[in-house]
Amino acid sequence: MSWEVVIGLEIHVQLNTASKLFSGSKLSTGAEPNTQASLVDLGMPGTLPVVNREAVRKAALFGLAINADICRHSVFERKNYFYPDLPKGYQTTQLDKPVVGAGEVEISLENGAKKTVRIHHAHLEEDAGKSLHEDFHGMTGIDLNRAGTPLIEVVTEPDMSNAEEAVAFARKLHAIVTSIGICDGDMSQGNMRFDVNVSIRKPGDPLGTRTETKNLNSFRFMERAIKLEVERQIDVLEDGGSIVQETRLYNGDTHTARSMRSKEDANDYRYFPCPDLLPVEITDADLDALKAAMPELPDTRKSRFLADYQLSEYDADLLSGDLATAVFFEAATKAGGDAKLAANWVMGELAAKLNAEEKSIANSPVTAEQLGQLIARLKDGTISSKIAKQVFEACWAGEGDPDTVIEAKGLKQMSDSGELEKIVDDIIANNGPQVEDYRSSDDAKKKKKIGFFVGQAMKVTQGKANPQQLNQLLKEKLG
Amino acid sequence: MHTKTLTELKTGLANGDFSSRELTEHFLARIKQHDGELNSFITVTEAQALAQADAADQAIAAGQGGLLTGLPIAHKDIFCTEGVRTSCGSKMLDTFIAPYTATVVEKMASEGAVMLGKTNMDEFAMGSSNETSYYGPVKNPWDLERVPGGSSGGAAACLGARLAPAATGTDTGGSIRQPAALNNITGLKPTYGRVSRWGMIAFASSLDQAGPMGQSAEDCALMLQAMAGHDHRDSTSLNEKVDDYLGALKDDINGLTIGIPEEFFPDTLDGAIADNSREAIRELKKLGARVVSVSLPSIKLSVPAYYVIAPAEASSNLSRFDGVRFGHRCDDPQDLEDLYKRSRSEGFGDEVKRRILVGTYALSAGYYDAYYRRAQQVRRLIRDDFARAFEKVDVLMGPTAPETAFKLGAKKDDPVSMYMADVFTIGVNLAGLPALSMPTGFINGLPTGTQVIGNYFREGQILNVAHKYQQATDWHRQLPAFGGEQ
Repeated sequence: MSWEVVIGLEIHVQLNTASKLFSGSKLSTGAEPNTQASLVDLGMPGTLPVVNREAVRKAALFGLAINADICRHSVFERKNYFYPDLPKGYQTTQLDKPVVGAGEVEISLENGAKKTVRIHHAHLEEDAGKSLHEDFHGMTGIDLNRAGTPLIEVVTEPDMSNAEEAVAFARKLHAIVTSIGICDGDMSQGNMRFDVNVSIRKPGDPLGTRTETKNLNSFRFMERAIKLEVERQIDVLEDGGSIVQETRLYNGDTHTARSMRSKEDANDYRYFPCPDLLPVEITDADLDALKAAMPELPDTRKSRFLADYQLSEYDADLLSGDLATAVFFEAATKAGGDAKLAANWVMGELAAKLNAEEKSIANSPVTAEQLGQLIARLKDGTISSKIAKQVFEACWAGEGDPDTVIEAKGLKQMSDSGELEKIVDDIIANNGPQVEDYRSSDDAKKKKKIGFFVGQAMKVTQGKANPQQLNQLLKEKLG
Repeated sequence: MHTKTLTELKTGLANGDFSSRELTEHFLARIKQHDGELNSFITVTEAQALAQADAADQAIAAGQGGLLTGLPIAHKDIFCTEGVRTSCGSKMLDTFIAPYTATVVEKMASEGAVMLGKTNMDEFAMGSSNETSYYGPVKNPWDLERVPGGSSGGAAACLGARLAPAATGTDTGGSIRQPAALNNITGLKPTYGRVSRWGMIAFASSLDQAGPMGQSAEDCALMLQAMAGHDHRDSTSLNEKVDDYLGALKDDINGLTIGIPEEFFPDTLDGAIADNSREAIRELKKLGARVVSVSLPSIKLSVPAYYVIAPAEASSNLSRFDGVRFGHRCDDPQDLEDLYKRSRSEGFGDEVKRRILVGTYALSAGYYDAYYRRAQQVRRLIRDDFARAFEKVDVLMGPTAPETAFKLGAKKDDPVSMYMADVFTIGVNLAGLPALSMPTGFINGLPTGTQVIGNYFREGQILNVAHKYQQATDWHRQLPAFGGEQ
């Protein structure tokens, strides 16, 4: 009998507020260590936290986006433990009264089916600093720039039954938080980090013992870590062993995981309401204002793409699933005047190139406007699709807009029939044997053999001959 | 000059009877002369004080004085003061130079106050006798073999001996009022949230409140006027308008209703203590107040509830002292755990460790409901008791402390009996109410105090009551022999 996999996720989503959750320090990446850390972030004696209302607003907006109950008096608690990158000796987080209560997110499975993943809750909390274990001569450096960065931790019910569903959920969550503008969604900067809870059981059995694999920072690592853990659990159980409840660490480079600590070693965090902070009030007026300003959600966007651009279900899914992609696609469509071409280019050439160079679409060297111009030139016959790829490469390399590139490189399609006619005449005159051979062939063979002349013409024109026109001319002249 | 109240000194400065420099030098000299015996200061900031005094003299000459311009004030060493050691009475912070200044200190400085120095205190404000200070116990100026009370014992003693004309204190369970009573001074714990906690090193965040300690209610009113107000850096600081406390002193107390909680006069109470407070209430009756009996049935649970809540919060608040970023760090740590264990074992004294242990226990999984949650429920009952009483009365009165100053070392090994020193004051902190202690006579040459408890944000009213009493009596003007002119 096969095993049933049960997966629940905890996702840390970094909010893109201007300042930290409890201090006025700026959020920044790449700053010199400890230059974005105020007295509050350092946990200086006598300092006190003040809640960043913008972070609360963004958390509530997320709650509304997933149809969750919003707690009107959410409470911050202290989670007490010692760690050098935790300056106060406690993390300020939420436990009993999180700002976002139960909600749900619908995901599309590969077979086209839909599935609802229930959200248990989402709470606001501050991030810790970073321990730097290198370059300090056997000591550990502490960088508190990240300390106090606002996060929402989204906790799902154990509703996913394989790694693909978990990834689909994670991508959907990414789409939601970027669409509503609460998170930059840059995985490489740790904007989203996943903890996966995995257990297996025989169908019909109660839930098995779960393990938690922490701090996965890409969809791919998450998928691979889940698969690895499922295999491990199956091996253990089928060998007659039992699963130990533990926290595990996955190493993406070696594709291995190890136990970090077992349940017995778990801290008693001694949660209690933070006496320095009052309950966070969210009023009806706050919620009304948030609802009124709610940006377009991925599902709504997908419906719109289907209706407005006549995209296929598959294309609409892919293009609406990520805000940056959706924005890029719409801008390219607007500039190029052809949604289908824009969709093909964004998902084809552009995606491949971005992937190969590990760039995000937001940092694409070819802008949406440039891609739109390229599409427009394709559509009006200025260039062929073959030349278009060449132009795209040139734009990618920073050689300018498509029009500039076409002009500079003389890539304009040769559509002047007089000029083309002369070239065709020359080719026929200079290739007697091939002309003879062609003319004596039957229609089926002619179709193949015309390719030689097309090739010759393209060679001469450096690919700029309009293919339809060329074919037409050749057929006429060769007879 | 040191026999004058802060208010009188303010008038003297305004009249040009003396300069702020003269005044400041006078008190600095008294500290030099007498504090060797008293030990009420941890740090004396002489150079800074004289510079502030000179600036104040210029301001006065230019007619630009603030509320406290040129007046010397001693700050409890729990308030962060930029560039000056802020020890909180602990070895943990013996070398800690605060990188910023507490709101209370800043506000008083902006009104022109001159900081004389930082006063001794129980370590991290945990104690009722000032014996837990890393810097040694403070002596009571009325009897050098006795304690000054705590935790603001240095503030109360230096003020009692007139080594400073006024001082700041903090009160988590009675730390302003109990030492005020034991040193024959007047001390006010404001409503929780009235005075900013920014820069005040936290003991128990939901209870801590800074307040003025002075020679009279009038002095306290003057100081509170400068200290009170909303601070955007403290989320628990309330955005309520600051009353005119000096103006309120003039109000008539005819028709005022004083409630006497029977629980503040238990059968077990020292009769002489009870008599002094009853006598003070009779005095106010003569001034037109009406007296009724009330009951606060849950108040008997205040000490046990407090000794769960305060240590629980403290255990978390003191976690930041880990030897990593500031404060004491042990020599040559072998690893992270060794760094934590030795830095904290060496840096904290016994009472602080005791409370960290108690608090950690109270918050532990499996005990939280039985202790912390229960204590919070008791806290609500106590608050409700006070609320019911204030439906019928304007103020509540009773003894501040159950006994006069006890001998140094008398309770050192008996923490529970030490904790009972705050039996009458703790309920007020749990409820968040304002309360004042004023001198109301002596027993065997040792001062006693009576507490006046008001409703939320009625600091003006309790100051008014105390001021009227002090206009009619002179207990608050009695000075100890210590520090007198020889």
